[in-house]
Amino acid sequence: MKSKSISLTALMIRMARRLGVIALTIFGLLLLTFLIGRVMPIDPVLSVVGPDADRSTYDQVYKQMGLDRPLYVQFGIYVNDLLHGNLGKALLTGHPITEDIKRVFPATMELATVAILLGILVGVPLGVFAATRHGRLGDHVVRVLSLFGYSTPIFWFGLMGLLIFYAKLGWVGGAGRMDIAFDGLMKSKTGFVLIDAIAAGEWEIFFSALRHIVLPACILGLHSTAYISRMTRSFMLAQLSQEYILTARVKGLSERRVIWGHAFKNILVQLLTIIALIYGNLLEGAVLIETVFAWPGFGSYLTGGLLLGDMNAVMGCVLVIGLIFVALNLLADALYQVFDPRTKS
Amino acid sequence: MNDIKLRVESLNVSFPNGKEMTRAVRGVSFALGKEKLAIVGESGSGKSTIGRSLLRLLPRKAIVSADRLEFDGSDILKASELEMRSIRGKRISMILQDPKFSLNPVMRIGDQIAEAYRAHARVGRKIAEEKALDMLEKVQIREPGKAYRLFPHEVSGGMGQRAMIAMMMIAEPEIIIADEPTSALDVSVREQVLEVLRELVDRSGMGLIFISHDLNLVRHFCDRVIVMYSGKILEEIEAKRLDEAKHPYTRGLLDSLPSLTHRRSSLPTLVRDPAWLA
Amino acid sequence: MTNEIRDALAEGKKAASKGRSEARKAEWGKTAASILKNPLTVAGLAVIGFLLVVAAFAPLLATHNPNIQNLSEALRAPSKAHFFGTDEFGRDVYSRIVYGSRITLYIICLVTVIVGPIGLIVGTVSGYLGGIVDTIMMRITDIFISFPSLVLALAFVAALGPGLEHAVLAIALTSWPSIARLARAETLSLRKADYIVAVELQGASKARVIFRHIMPMCMSSVIVRLTMNMAGIILTAAGLGFLGLGALPPAPEWGAMISSGRRYMLESWWLVAVPGVAILLVSLAFNLFGDGLRDALDPRLE
Repeated sequence: MKSKSISLTALMIRMARRLGVIALTIFGLLLLTFLIGRVMPIDPVLSVVGPDADRSTYDQVYKQMGLDRPLYVQFGIYVNDLLHGNLGKALLTGHPITEDIKRVFPATMELATVAILLGILVGVPLGVFAATRHGRLGDHVVRVLSLFGYSTPIFWFGLMGLLIFYAKLGWVGGAGRMDIAFDGLMKSKTGFVLIDAIAAGEWEIFFSALRHIVLPACILGLHSTAYISRMTRSFMLAQLSQEYILTARVKGLSERRVIWGHAFKNILVQLLTIIALIYGNLLEGAVLIETVFAWPGFGSYLTGGLLLGDMNAVMGCVLVIGLIFVALNLLADALYQVFDPRTKS
Repeated sequence: MNDIKLRVESLNVSFPNGKEMTRAVRGVSFALGKEKLAIVGESGSGKSTIGRSLLRLLPRKAIVSADRLEFDGSDILKASELEMRSIRGKRISMILQDPKFSLNPVMRIGDQIAEAYRAHARVGRKIAEEKALDMLEKVQIREPGKAYRLFPHEVSGGMGQRAMIAMMMIAEPEIIIADEPTSALDVSVREQVLEVLRELVDRSGMGLIFISHDLNLVRHFCDRVIVMYSGKILEEIEAKRLDEAKHPYTRGLLDSLPSLTHRRSSLPTLVRDPAWLA
Repeated sequence: MTNEIRDALAEGKKAASKGRSEARKAEWGKTAASILKNPLTVAGLAVIGFLLVVAAFAPLLATHNPNIQNLSEALRAPSKAHFFGTDEFGRDVYSRIVYGSRITLYIICLVTVIVGPIGLIVGTVSGYLGGIVDTIMMRITDIFISFPSLVLALAFVAALGPGLEHAVLAIALTSWPSIARLARAETLSLRKADYIVAVELQGASKARVIFRHIMPMCMSSVIVRLTMNMAGIILTAAGLGFLGLGALPPAPEWGAMISSGRRYMLESWWLVAVPGVAILLVSLAFNLFGDGLRDALDPRLE
């Protein structure tokens, strides 16, 4: 057995290097968002003071916003503000943007979480099924279905879904997180309506919220289901052609045990990794879905800020998403390190 | 030869390849008793395919036919998948070539061995674990307790192969097929692994089919040798009478082997007669 | 050098290049044959071809002027006069779809023209030169890749202002990193190839090695990746259009049509359904074709 201390130092060096890379990436992210926010034709001062302000007010706000300082100083102020959690004030609400984001984010997270659960529960079995029926009808059907899945424009599918399942069939709730009648009736503890409703024992609200989250979550989950099933299928195919699968069959194990106990166990880490990455993509899809379903989440906030020309809000949101993406990438890497026994030695 | 366990008559295996058909095994017939039978041939001779067809573990598109494929009275060709599963591992087993690939990378080797036991015996985990530890000792792995918990990438080739042997013998099969069991190992380790194999086979009275490309290896290890070429059996002879082999291919193989006792200035190369392909 | 030797050398060179071009033609022939074997791939290619035809012959195929309003005919259901009905301004939806194909084609071409060369150049140069150039380039692509493309495109368009060109630029800015990464990976493995070393030993300049030898080899995988990414690009463009950040009205951009049709969706479903199907078909076509292309050019991936 190799000495444990050597591998520990090596591990720490590796971690330090990764953190360095990540820090650099975040720095680049900040630089990018800063530049986008500053280097643009819309005059930020005008959007604050309005087009009718006189010269002195304009100059005053100009100085206030620090726009007379050199660019790198502005960047320094920007980073400093960020470290203190200050993203500026939103034009729409007048509140600090960080507060606004904290308020709207759970709605999006709830949606994304339900969506990814659907994606996993439907996508993974489909992918495994397709892999075991490789080349045959079942495989082709799943492939075509998932192809349609990730070729569909999500916002359009959402609209169609609303048209059919809400307007024509009445099976699900319409826009918003719950029936308007219930709006504001329940104290929001976690921001997750489903959890709060169960905790408070408010079953009517729970079911209303459930009816309202079903459709957007399914639509949002569509892309991720299609993608997960496709990736699961190709991971499984790669495993099923390996020698150890033959060994498992020689042992006389049932086909179910061979597929799930052997092949599937080997793709778990890869699956977890892409699921972490897909969660990030769901946040992106949420931007469109929330517009369609009037879901009061992060995406709506972003597009709202966009339409108002509130660069601070937009950039703040973009930065938050970027940071989340970086975090998810880190998580994906960490999962690999922790769960794959081959990386342990 | 006594207690004939396996009868193969006129086995044919073909693989469709686009529009053509590759005939991997052509009219092969042999029988196996309580002995060590070697099937020797170069790559593409069909030797590994025979092993897999005995267990009905060929790819879906393979076409298998035979006049007779009988194991201990059961017809392997006509057996259902369920019946085959009770045969695999329990009655006929197979050791694969390279433990780097033939062992499940995310499962501890002890657990893989225990799993082989539980596939055919309704016992609890504890008992299966004990049997696995016992088996690890039998294949001469020191500190079986420690070895049990190792992952395949943490063990050497020799140890991995012995774990494979343990896995395939734990259910006490009547026939064991060894598909190039030492080809992936360092030469220095081969003898050790072969020794373990020999001891276990002799002790339990199993029939062994030893598939290899190494004629020299099998002539000392096995009782009988079958020489294959291009899907056909060219010669069948007792191992100790190998020097009396008649077929020019076998003679060619034997003559090209270097020897410490007979020194020659140059080794003859095998001249292939296209008639052998017929 | 005597004339005879010079002539012989010229002959030899001609024969060699003729041999090379014949070999290359044979390669393309084989690739084309294997692409055409898969019916799904052919279907994808057919739809793409169809898009090209519709865009090219839009004036001939459209039944009405896509921009002329006719309020008395507003919100009519599909009929023989209006194949896909009319919108809230009485404009013929069918004709708008037909002309909208031009916008889609424009987006595809523009993005390809920007992303392809830039990604290829950045990737190969950074992969070949290595060192600090490589590190900087890779960190930059890391940053771009670490954003979901729609959000980043949103940010760019927010900064630049709405408009089709800005949207295309934004999309291009989010797409080039994956191409650059791919080109770099190919370059890294090619760099060690014997024939590259041979050319270097002959004294070829770095630029020559990159442009004449490495880039052509990366070309096929870059094309495949671009084709596969194109479906996503179309969806992102449609998404931007839906949010009002793409082509400005009254341009018949499909995403924007869905957005404006949304208000009347409950009674006039065709306003939303038809443009969406168009987007779906084109995206599907590129996915099918891209998959088939990848399978044909790199069979070991399946």
